Amino acid sequence: MKILPVPTRILAGALVVAMMTLTAPVAVAAPAAGPVVRIGSKPFTEGIVLGEVLAGVARQAGCAAEHRAALGGTQIVFAALERGEIDCYVEYSGTLEREILRGETLRDPEDVAAALARRGLCRSTPLGFDNTYALGMKETVAAGAGIEAISDLAGRDLAIAVSDEFVRRADGWPAIRDAYGLRQTPRVLDHALAYRGLESGHVAVTDLYATDPEVRAHELRILRDDRGVFREYKAFVLYRADLATRAPQFVTALVQLAGAIEPAVMREMNARVRLDGEPESAVAARFLRERFGWDVVAAEPAAAVRVARDVGRATLEHLALVAAALAAAIAVAVPLGIYAQRRPRLAGGILGAVGILQTIPSMAVLVFLVPLLGLGWKPAVVALFLYGLLPIVRGTFNGLAGIPPHLRESAEVLGLDGRARLLRVELPLASRSILAGIKTAAVIAVGTATIGGLIGAGGYGEAILAGIRRADAGLLMQGAVPAAVLALLIQAACDVLERFLVPAGLRAGG
Amino acid sequence: MPAMTTQPRSTRCIPDRAAAPSPADGPMIALDDVAKAYGGRWVLEPTTIAVFRGTTTVLIGPSGCGKSTLLRMIVGLVAPDRGTVTIAGRRLDAGSVSDLRRRIGYVIQDGGLFPHLTGRDNVGLLARHLGWEPPRITARITELADLTRLPAAALDRFPSQLSGGQRQRLGIMRALMLDPAALLLDEPMAALDPLVRYDLQEDLRRIFRATGKTVVMVTHDMGEAGFFGDEVLLLGAGRVVQRGTLDDLIHAPADEFVRRFVSAQRFPGLSGGEGRNAS
Repeated sequence: MKILPVPTRILAGALVVAMMTLTAPVAVAAPAAGPVVRIGSKPFTEGIVLGEVLAGVARQAGCAAEHRAALGGTQIVFAALERGEIDCYVEYSGTLEREILRGETLRDPEDVAAALARRGLCRSTPLGFDNTYALGMKETVAAGAGIEAISDLAGRDLAIAVSDEFVRRADGWPAIRDAYGLRQTPRVLDHALAYRGLESGHVAVTDLYATDPEVRAHELRILRDDRGVFREYKAFVLYRADLATRAPQFVTALVQLAGAIEPAVMREMNARVRLDGEPESAVAARFLRERFGWDVVAAEPAAAVRVARDVGRATLEHLALVAAALAAAIAVAVPLGIYAQRRPRLAGGILGAVGILQTIPSMAVLVFLVPLLGLGWKPAVVALFLYGLLPIVRGTFNGLAGIPPHLRESAEVLGLDGRARLLRVELPLASRSILAGIKTAAVIAVGTATIGGLIGAGGYGEAILAGIRRADAGLLMQGAVPAAVLALLIQAACDVLERFLVPAGLRAGG
Repeated sequence: MPAMTTQPRSTRCIPDRAAAPSPADGPMIALDDVAKAYGGRWVLEPTTIAVFRGTTTVLIGPSGCGKSTLLRMIVGLVAPDRGTVTIAGRRLDAGSVSDLRRRIGYVIQDGGLFPHLTGRDNVGLLARHLGWEPPRITARITELADLTRLPAAALDRFPSQLSGGQRQRLGIMRALMLDPAALLLDEPMAALDPLVRYDLQEDLRRIFRATGKTVVMVTHDMGEAGFFGDEVLLLGAGRVVQRGTLDDLIHAPADEFVRRFVSAQRFPGLSGGEGRNAS
């Protein structure tokens, strides 16, 4: 047999995997004629429902609509809009002015319009509802305590629990606390859990959105903001200015949405999804039918086609994350393992350091990485890369350390220089252990890559998180089952790869 | 002569020049006042040895006597705490070690073959690394297989699929591949059963004579020492106790240790100096 240096072969293997990932056919079907309108949405019920409404409007206007649902948080979706990856999405005035355009001088609506125009963007007339923050209590509790307005909370011994975003945002808890002189220290709770706390009586006051359907379902009293602290969060459509030439019929049709969605209507739509478990698209279609008499349901592909398309796209994204992270981890961890084995005094430190990386929860890693790298695929790949290091470093180190001393010496005495000893003798002898490390890293990466759903990197995590958010087991499975299958497939692929990469003499069983 | 007279413990084992087979251009291997200690204990006391071209020198002694340390020093696997190693007139140091190793064949117990390579690739590994043309490699391997009487089929098997004797023949082929001037063997027969060992001993001595190599061999077997050695060095507790022919050791033991070591061996001809060592 030919002696091909093992690192070259491992690298070649990784490249093949990467190429397969990149050249696989893109599983996105584009039906219908007419200009394409690409719609984005943020990952919460209202955003997705309104994305579906926009898709319906586009189809009614004779366009093809693509809705990239739950694309990511504000920064991701807005950046996608600026780059032209999507054409429009629904945003809120407070978020636009205080978060997206933070730092710009905005004295009046003209300033806002000008700031958007500089970015090649426009905003529509408001849709008709205001999704501002509010504080709410159970109607019965509030009545019993005689609390109607936020100012009534001052000096009262009440359990307050709010979401972590509310606690941090300058226009959230800090504003309320200062304006009303509240001394209570709020507990931080997940929004959905806070409602449960209200039900059980452990929580008396919580933050909510004005359009939360739970206001009705849990019989909550929204406390009057008597000092006018909460700002306006009027919903409108943000869209690219070039849409007026690319899909003028869509921009014209948008006008009809102006003021068409009253607060009660929006709350009702949210309730249908969150409380009754209806799909966002069905809720949006019903709204368009009842409001305008449009029937746009037919344009939506059959459920099976949609699922297949979503799974296909998620598979490509997931594989891309895994392939990129794994290739980087191999490129760093194999040399690191070699170095650790050559420097016994540093080996403990190196193995310890990559071991500690492994114990950091993925959420914590993202908390460190997102401020540095922003959102999207970059922090996901870096996190997966960090998790991939330990198994590969350890596999390389153990594989080299396990070479019998007399073989190491044989190579040395033969007169091979250090590089040739490494490439022709030591790495081939360690190849089985190195590959085992890579296999472990790959399987870990497939599982961990579901964190991509948290930060707009796509992959199976999106469906899993959406499934959790909507308590939709089917959607959750749509992410979880392919992730498990992919892990098994990668394991099998590694076994096949092993047949090519591990020298036959080491497999001959002797 | 090196100025070693100030070292009372130094052992001198330079053969009489007149008795050396081909002394014309100095010793092939010269260890000058080399010593090695581990943890404050001598494993090799200051020792000076010269091995001349075309001779076979056997190092013998009980376990831990320092014979393997001495051999490993010659190929730079053990760095002496003092003294120098010179191969073919060149000082062994960090700069010369790779080059000098290619001029010395080294064979260990069971061949030390790389399990991931076939017999052929084990033998040809260094030559290929040095850029030999494939036909030249093939021709040399065929030549060496004839010399060591290795069956051609064994060349394309992996070490785990071969017998102990075949592995050792491949180990010898690998050591001879670049046609080195010297051959070092560290207990090459220790892992072989008696019949295989007997055949290989015959073949090895034939090879040594046919190729005219300078040979240094380590063994713990008196009979083997006499069979191969033009000269035998008996080591004990980190120093050379006696040097000479096997007959010298048997009939004129230098001290009680030599007498006891010799009488502890069981082999035909012990009393009369006959048998295989008589050749």
